[in-house]
Amino acid sequence: MSDLGGYDARLDALASTEKVHNLSFTGKLWSWRYIVLRRFTQLGILLLFYGTAHWAWQWPEKTPLLSGNLSASEFIGLIPLADPLAALQIFLAGHVLRQETLIGVAIVFGFYLLVSGRTFCAWMCPVNMVTDLAGWLRGKLDIRALFHVHRNVRYFILAATLILSALTGVAAFEWVSPVGMMHREIIFGIGFGFLALLAIFLFDLLILKNGWCGHLCPLGAFWSLVGKAGLVRVRFDKTSCTHCGECAKVCPEPQVLNLKKLEERGLVFSGECSNCGRCTALCPEGSLAFDLRPLIRQHNARAAGSTGH
Amino acid sequence: MAEHDVARRDFLVKAAQGTAMAATGGLLWVYLLKQEARAHPFALRPPGALAEKDFNAACIKCGQCVVGCPYHTLKLSGSGSDLPIGMPFFEPREIPCYLCPDIPCMKACPTGALSPELKNINDSRMGLAVIDLENCLSWKGLRCEICHRECPLKGKAITLETHPRGISKHAMFYPIVNSEYCTGCGICEKACPTTEAAIRILPHKLVQGKIGDHYRLGWTFDTEITQDFKPSDVIGPGEGKTLAPGKAPGQDYLNSGDL
Repeated sequence: MSDLGGYDARLDALASTEKVHNLSFTGKLWSWRYIVLRRFTQLGILLLFYGTAHWAWQWPEKTPLLSGNLSASEFIGLIPLADPLAALQIFLAGHVLRQETLIGVAIVFGFYLLVSGRTFCAWMCPVNMVTDLAGWLRGKLDIRALFHVHRNVRYFILAATLILSALTGVAAFEWVSPVGMMHREIIFGIGFGFLALLAIFLFDLLILKNGWCGHLCPLGAFWSLVGKAGLVRVRFDKTSCTHCGECAKVCPEPQVLNLKKLEERGLVFSGECSNCGRCTALCPEGSLAFDLRPLIRQHNARAAGSTGH
Repeated sequence: MAEHDVARRDFLVKAAQGTAMAATGGLLWVYLLKQEARAHPFALRPPGALAEKDFNAACIKCGQCVVGCPYHTLKLSGSGSDLPIGMPFFEPREIPCYLCPDIPCMKACPTGALSPELKNINDSRMGLAVIDLENCLSWKGLRCEICHRECPLKGKAITLETHPRGISKHAMFYPIVNSEYCTGCGICEKACPTTEAAIRILPHKLVQGKIGDHYRLGWTFDTEITQDFKPSDVIGPGEGKTLAPGKAPGQDYLNSGDL
């Protein structure tokens, strides 16, 4: 009986896989919706910065629209924004921050507390476009890992960032950050930052899958720690899931889709999830979907009730 | 070997490897940072910039000063350039600082790397103008003095001194830079008509000497020299004239005793 049950389950999973692979053209386009949206926000923000710096975009009159870059900026001359990790490094380097920076930090930090920390990575960070391309190409070329690095290495690099900032008296990550380099050099002129990006691209493509964003980047690590408390999360409905595993294949952080934990919690709990939306757009059974954390428990209880589990 | 001994050995080796990795990586990282931070002594920073070490610590590399500058004077250094990465600088021969009275670059700075303590733009000290006497047209004897005329603090930061010229009846007009007033805006460097600028802005520490507290320039003080000298009373020679009577530093050893 249990054998037969297992067999049935496998058939269900195969059917789900089939659905993923036999999407119609429009279905396929629809499954890319979050990728399109993410590129839209990433490039849109970049464009706002660029337009303000180069074409003097103003709103209201005589006020720069969005001045600065991802490290720190000011929106419509009113709202300061600042990267909390950069500010923390500067503080540790021995500089007392001004109120304006602290308000900016609070706004950005609060925002990512709401939408989950690593939403920054998938929706804002420009390097994500480079690493996504490398990841996609790697999948197409079917390149195997050269070696393995533990995904927790990034937390050690984050710790090193803070310690070295205090020791050297300069913001340790900001001075080498490819994230900063890319954004800065697109907005304020070309340096050799593209070489660092090329290095990341090749590292991700040929050496380690999701190597930079998923293993090394201390900024991602920082937002992972913040992300645990995030409000926007991917909800998991165990009653409809057929265990086809297609989600884990597209996920850049597949450890967050640990099935046992998903079933326990009813949502993707790990802060390492970047809310990129690949799995939610792909899941043929609709078992994974974006939701607000307080609503998830309710939803899952209802789903369990309706199928009699 | 007992099993827990193997596990213990394993753990110790792993710990040593981890430490070695962290140490190697950390050292490389620190080396990189140190290289970057001392990259270039010639960078000219925007008005109000903190002293170099503090500026390195405080600048968040956001470029809001660049956006704030209405003359496109400021640029951010790219990675791989000679300058420390991502921080604002300017090259006066291309575009100098035009000394906006409202100091928009400083106001745009969120971290205070450009210090809000700078209230008057004329108090900014971005660098110091230095004249190459060998190639200055005025010092060669031509009537140029463009730097003097263009200087926003003309008559203070750059003054003209007349000198007799050999057997000619025409005087020489020497431009002289006075560090007491020079902001380092670089308008003179921009205006200098020689092929390569004969007047240039350089960071103070590269060109400015210091005579030391123990020298006494008695003739700059129109006051009596007193015995109650304290090192804290010492004021630079240019400011000496403003000293209150009886406050001039120095020890009156020449006029004391049994002379």
